[in-house]
Amino acid sequence: MIRESQRQMLAAHFRQVIPAGDYFIHKIRAGDTFRILDLEGNQAADTLFYNADDPAERYSAVDTVRENGNVYLTAGTLLMSNRGNPMLEIVADTCGRHDTLGGACASESNTVRYALDKRCMHSCRDSWMLAINRHEEFGLSKRDITHNINFFMNVPVTAEGGLTFEDGISGAGKYVELEAKMDITVLISNCPQLNNPCNGYNPTPIEVAVWSQ
Amino acid sequence: MSETLIYDYTMPGGHHWSFRMRRGTRLRLTDLEGGANAALLFYNPENLLERYNAPDTLKGQHTFKLTRGNCLYSDMGRCFASVIEDSFGWHDTVCGNLSADACLKKYGEHSYQAFRNGWFLSGEASFLTELAKYGLTERDMAANLNLFSKVYTDEAGNLAYDPSASKPGAQVVLRFDMDTLVLMHTCPHPLNPASAYPRHPVKVEFLTGPAMTEDDYCLNFRPENRRALENTRLYYLDPAISPTVAYQNP
Repeated sequence: MIRESQRQMLAAHFRQVIPAGDYFIHKIRAGDTFRILDLEGNQAADTLFYNADDPAERYSAVDTVRENGNVYLTAGTLLMSNRGNPMLEIVADTCGRHDTLGGACASESNTVRYALDKRCMHSCRDSWMLAINRHEEFGLSKRDITHNINFFMNVPVTAEGGLTFEDGISGAGKYVELEAKMDITVLISNCPQLNNPCNGYNPTPIEVAVWSQ
Repeated sequence: MSETLIYDYTMPGGHHWSFRMRRGTRLRLTDLEGGANAALLFYNPENLLERYNAPDTLKGQHTFKLTRGNCLYSDMGRCFASVIEDSFGWHDTVCGNLSADACLKKYGEHSYQAFRNGWFLSGEASFLTELAKYGLTERDMAANLNLFSKVYTDEAGNLAYDPSASKPGAQVVLRFDMDTLVLMHTCPHPLNPASAYPRHPVKVEFLTGPAMTEDDYCLNFRPENRRALENTRLYYLDPAISPTVAYQNP
């Protein structure tokens, strides 16, 4: 569902551009609004959320799809934690649909999905591994790297139970905006995937912005 | 060499268990009465940080459902198990567990104090109990398999549970391609519409069987499976890791 936001980027109290292949880890406070902006279009932002005070509570893809009764995320979707608590609500979305089934690319899964010699291509899970080791203060380890959201990614499920990867439905300047229901740690890998159309075979930067209450 | 039954047990509905499967062995699960849910999670006993990965399993095989031919991938690009037989046809791996709170709301209070083994146990509490036995916590609880539960979507992505899919006698056989720690519960699927707590037994059988051959159905089902099984072979190249030789290089 397309729902635009009235917020102005110039009024944000925090802004950062994340180049493709980089990670982003940051705390946002309950009540803050967090935007991810697809600067050039067709980019996938592989995102995990944690309760900032207790990372054992985290975004749960299975609780989210089950409780919302839908496999796609869009404006109005409540992102649920593994403890059944709403963590964030998607309050604006100019893309219309985001994936939470497909997970994130990894060096290891690249060997399975594409070719055994793709092991040394950069991947989202490698970005997360570096992020959690470079930022021990967030208290995260590999066990916390779970089933994520792919903002701007289009992974339709068919009536026959198929799962297809489609060219993105995002475009330059499209964004998704989330309101935090608790203090949140955000961990993003801006996807470096070169092997499938999740980012049009051309990984590009995203920008994040935060507005305080 | 044919299959040999080495152990069998009928697990009552609404309970939990964990056990280890050696690579090359098979796990045959049977929904004896219909209406059962067999929830499974897999871990590598040598490295508990390696676990079943539902998104890799689904996107690697371009599928939303699991059935015969599918391999069940770890997050390290390997294959825990292959679905070598399946008379059910459409298993769920995206709906997770019924939480303890949701179980209470849906089915009412049915405590151990009052009902002993007839209590209403949630899948979430079941997995937390089994995880703790291996030093694992809720942080380690990945998206699980829900065998014998069919969940499908419409064009708009709305989820629905299909109670008509349930068949008494439905059977699934998993061949383990890695040594695997298996966590299992038989608690109700979170979307099961039954108004009374569904409590259906699952027959659990362990079997030995022949090694995978070049014409193996799962190996040839998708090119991704061949590569995942090759990664698995690579993991076991060092005989010190595991002396069992159940998988030969095709």
